[in-house]
Amino acid sequence: MTTVPLPMPVSRFTDLLAAEWLKLRSLRSTYWALGVSTLVVISVNANAARADYVNYPHYNTVMRAHFAKNALFDAFTDGAAMILILTAASIGAVTVVGEYSTGLIRTTFAAVPDRRAVMSAKAAVVTTVMTVYGAVVACASFAATQAILSGRGLGLSISHPGALRVVVASALLAPVSALVGMAMGALIRHSATTMVLATGLLLLLPIFVTERYHWTACVRNALPFNAWDRLVQVDYGRMPYTLTERYPTTVGGAWTVFAVWAVVAMLVTVVAVDRRDV
Amino acid sequence: MPGTGRPRKRGPVIEVDELTKRYGPTTAVRELSFTVRPGHVTGFLGPNGAGKTTTLRMLLGLVAPTGGSATIGGHTFRRHARGLRHVGALLDANDVHGGRSAWAHLRTLARSNRIPASRVEEVLAEVGLTGAAARRRVGGYSLGMKQRLGIATALLGDPPVLLFDEPLNGLDPEGVLWVRGLFRRLAAEGRTVLVSSHLMSEMENTADQLIVIGKGQLIAAESLTDFAARGTAPTVTVRTPDAGALATVLASEGAVAVAHDEETLKVTGVGAGRVGELAHEHGFLLRELTTEHASLEAAFMELTADSVEYLTGDSR
Repeated sequence: MTTVPLPMPVSRFTDLLAAEWLKLRSLRSTYWALGVSTLVVISVNANAARADYVNYPHYNTVMRAHFAKNALFDAFTDGAAMILILTAASIGAVTVVGEYSTGLIRTTFAAVPDRRAVMSAKAAVVTTVMTVYGAVVACASFAATQAILSGRGLGLSISHPGALRVVVASALLAPVSALVGMAMGALIRHSATTMVLATGLLLLLPIFVTERYHWTACVRNALPFNAWDRLVQVDYGRMPYTLTERYPTTVGGAWTVFAVWAVVAMLVTVVAVDRRDV
Repeated sequence: MPGTGRPRKRGPVIEVDELTKRYGPTTAVRELSFTVRPGHVTGFLGPNGAGKTTTLRMLLGLVAPTGGSATIGGHTFRRHARGLRHVGALLDANDVHGGRSAWAHLRTLARSNRIPASRVEEVLAEVGLTGAAARRRVGGYSLGMKQRLGIATALLGDPPVLLFDEPLNGLDPEGVLWVRGLFRRLAAEGRTVLVSSHLMSEMENTADQLIVIGKGQLIAAESLTDFAARGTAPTVTVRTPDAGALATVLASEGAVAVAHDEETLKVTGVGAGRVGELAHEHGFLLRELTTEHASLEAAFMELTADSVEYLTGDSR
């Protein structure tokens, strides 16, 4: 032991935030997951823009007249959104499940018996990091795709109606998905099961739930992926090529879906670990 | 170098009262009560599956008791917002993330309790994890190195109470000697030190107080000396060419002498000194005169025989 007694300062919530930030930062897997998925998401979007750039001369006049819709679709494609969801949900889940599967959670809770504070700090750090990641990926995708389309004078600026909403909705999809991953990790506590169920809930359910009946349409509209889809479809309900939805949803409704999923996931994460044995 | 027992106030008392933990139909800990006092190394002994780990986890608030209470200094551990300055614990050396270095692992724990980063270097030096080893990922560590990291974690907050679950597993002989010295020093500094083990021999040179449990229930709580006395009485081995005649003399003194072989007697009921005196008086030539003290291991085996969960085929 030291010959000088340690001072006894009061540990604050900011100390827990700093500790969780250190935890995230000290794992190589964090850098790999964020780095690789950033490149893949931007590449997928850039490739969609490249395809439009190449094919544009073959488009008919109606398609050319409505090309702004394509330009905004390329800014963040469905495929890119799915990769973003998968990455964010995995990183969110791993911050919780990684502690349970290794046993580190016992060391953590022995060091900080206030479990709710630990999980709140974890959720806050994950939300911040994933929001920055989402913003970087969404902004870079927008810039790259519109730069490619500018080659034909088709690129849009961020001030184009709906463009900012595409970027913001795509950026926020990352923290929402990450929080859902965390909550499922806190409830399930097993790596593989958490990943399968999080993927099922966030990616598969939107595909399998039909919009045919009112109640299924309500479920559909309440899913994060569909909410994102609503937010990025700038001419929703006025599209020239597709049928309109039988039970349409609103932009406000879609933002609310994002908010509710984030808040509920955060609460589940904090409450789920409080009483159970570790 | 770590100082020699600076004056500090006595560590708090650990009190376990009627503690019970059931998992469905299985009772892991049953109405267990004991007290651990500061200033001693208290050994927490029991066969595999006796409930030692569950009890330690209940003390740390990781596992909620079904009944009874487990308190440290009169409070349940979860009452503290931060734990490291109150209780240091090594529960399982593997309770770390293999992807982090020892340094990063300790750094995050220290930060969460507002312990300065310099303290991380101190405890790493204390347990001998220095230089490149501390910066390597824990996944590549041997069990012995992980135990050292676990001990460093326990020491991080310079706490008045220390709990160690099977800390000697995987340590090399040098490590075992070091750990024993460390535990004794921590106790001498007035701290409350509780060390669990399933091997009596590990405790023999480490603990001075013992709590023995089996099948979740208390078997004994006493000093090591008292515990040893429960075992077989000391036996005197005496070797002489005229064993038969010496046996007769000893029997007349009220001792029990059993012939071990032609020249050797195993004597109980009198001490080696008296055997020597009698041999001298009667002119016996002695080739050996030794005392075998009661083995703690034997006392432990005897006491826990009925509560061993997993018996191998041909034991007993």
